[in-house]
Amino acid sequence: MPILKMAVCMKVVPKPEEIRVDTKTGWLKREEVRSEINPPDMNAMEMALRLKDKFSGEINIISMGPMFFADYLKIPLSMGGDHIFLLSDKNFAGADTLATTYTLSRAIRKLNQVDIIFCGEESSDGATGQVPPGIAEWLNISQLTVVSDITVDIPNRVVHGKREIKGGYEIIEAPLPVVVSVRTASNEPRFMDYTIKSWAFEEGRITIWNKDDLQAEQEFIGEEGSPTSVSKLIQAPEKARKRIFLTGSTEEIVSRLSRIIKNGA
Amino acid sequence: MVDSLYGRKEESKSIWILLENDNHHFEHVSLELINKSREIADQLGWQVAGLLIGNGVEGLIPQAFSYGVDQVWIADHPLLDSFNIEAYGAVTFQAIMSGKPSVFLCGATPNGRDLAGRLAVRLRTGLNADCTNLYMNIDTVVLVSEVSGFGGGVLALIEMEDHRPQMATVRPGVFKMSEPDPNRDGRVIKIPLPLTPNMIHTRTVARIVGETVDLTKAEQLVIGGRGVSGNFKIIKELADLLEGDYATTRPPVDEGHVERERMVGQTGVICRPKIAICCGISGAFHFIVGILEAETVIAINTDPDAPIFDHADYCIVGDVNEYIPALIQTLAEITESS
Repeated sequence: MPILKMAVCMKVVPKPEEIRVDTKTGWLKREEVRSEINPPDMNAMEMALRLKDKFSGEINIISMGPMFFADYLKIPLSMGGDHIFLLSDKNFAGADTLATTYTLSRAIRKLNQVDIIFCGEESSDGATGQVPPGIAEWLNISQLTVVSDITVDIPNRVVHGKREIKGGYEIIEAPLPVVVSVRTASNEPRFMDYTIKSWAFEEGRITIWNKDDLQAEQEFIGEEGSPTSVSKLIQAPEKARKRIFLTGSTEEIVSRLSRIIKNGA
Repeated sequence: MVDSLYGRKEESKSIWILLENDNHHFEHVSLELINKSREIADQLGWQVAGLLIGNGVEGLIPQAFSYGVDQVWIADHPLLDSFNIEAYGAVTFQAIMSGKPSVFLCGATPNGRDLAGRLAVRLRTGLNADCTNLYMNIDTVVLVSEVSGFGGGVLALIEMEDHRPQMATVRPGVFKMSEPDPNRDGRVIKIPLPLTPNMIHTRTVARIVGETVDLTKAEQLVIGGRGVSGNFKIIKELADLLEGDYATTRPPVDEGHVERERMVGQTGVICRPKIAICCGISGAFHFIVGILEAETVIAINTDPDAPIFDHADYCIVGDVNEYIPALIQTLAEITESS
């Protein structure tokens, strides 16, 4: 048994600046859009790696999505992860928070005796910061959310997390096993380690799990297991700005500016 | 599909709100939610109920009524002194299963998200996260939640037909608070408390809170970016002079010039000031998201091609360190002479 058995839940998302809604179909234009690992998930990976550096242990990368995710997931694997579990099955498609957290929790159960499950604070494609508590509820274990730092007391099997709150922070204690969501941008994710990159890109580093592997019940997964539905997608209206360039001498510009600030025009 | 623990047929025609409170004050987002819920409930002839959880929080009941709730469901107990998910989760679950609201709303705060995320799974219902608008579809009497994805570029409208409660966490600042009416009154319902110390596994061992920063309330916001080169003294000075607040972008936070809670943008604060003065900010997409709701945007940048100018009403090509001190001087003179 490794000293710490960890899982990091990760997601591949389209780059937000490239996303557009197809005005005819009302769907997202996903083709031609470049993807990336959801940036907050890289902060979660880094937090797990720091614990691995300190105590030794294993880091399992878990992700639910189509097969093309695999290439992206090799990046965090090359940072120092141990294995990738990609939950890929057409039955998983169309999942909302309830179905997503159920499916991820099935994978964590199957991994067996995971001490800490790390997640990013949110995802850029739907900002559902509710996934970490949802996983914790399905697994009936504790949760520590939006933490920027944690310490682990292995003999006593407790963690202490620094959790940011309005105007300060609190230190929360929770027993292992625990779901930890990591504050976005709370650390600097390391680069890929080129000494292990070729290992990470070899065959056999990824295990694909489908619905049957997870013994997931059909009524809980994918679109069928999702009580909410998107009725409409719209491109957010861009606020038209005046774009007036103020020109002249510094004095003239400042004088004009102070009138704008004082009078709103 | 799996059923929620109760469904549409059993729902009570009510909207519930988690009334987050701290040191005998309500969180603003809770009061904003009361106002919005009141508006929706009045359209339909429904009730608005507030869920008040804590230790020694009875004194807040009149205030909750004054902001517009019809009922307060209260759980007041020493084990609820600070937020812990086990006790707060148990009490909320108990109350919801007894009141069976159609809608249950929480602020998208750290604790609101924690509670909502767990409760939605426990109730086997749907949850829309970090909503930027809510309204009722009057024909179907189903709540519509607007969720912004991809950094605000795309809005999704989400509905749920049969599962109840319809849950959402709502981003602070998107709705306005109402003026309290001290003459309003309502009904108080005590939630039975199934609490024992051994059910609590997480506990707060320390709490360090300094001065609270709330950029969503600032009417004048002076925002300094990389181009300020760490000189936040003039940024603060201008903010003070305008009786506003100051804020920043990612690079000065990373360089340690400004605390993270003053960061505006997709991973920071979404603000809606009357005037946002953007100083030395290039205008990356992730930042722009945070000022979309500003009434007027002024931008100062040395680079005439900076993207920030596409998102500004008044554009000044020039050096922040020249214009801001000059502006401070001019504004101070105006103030003195008036």
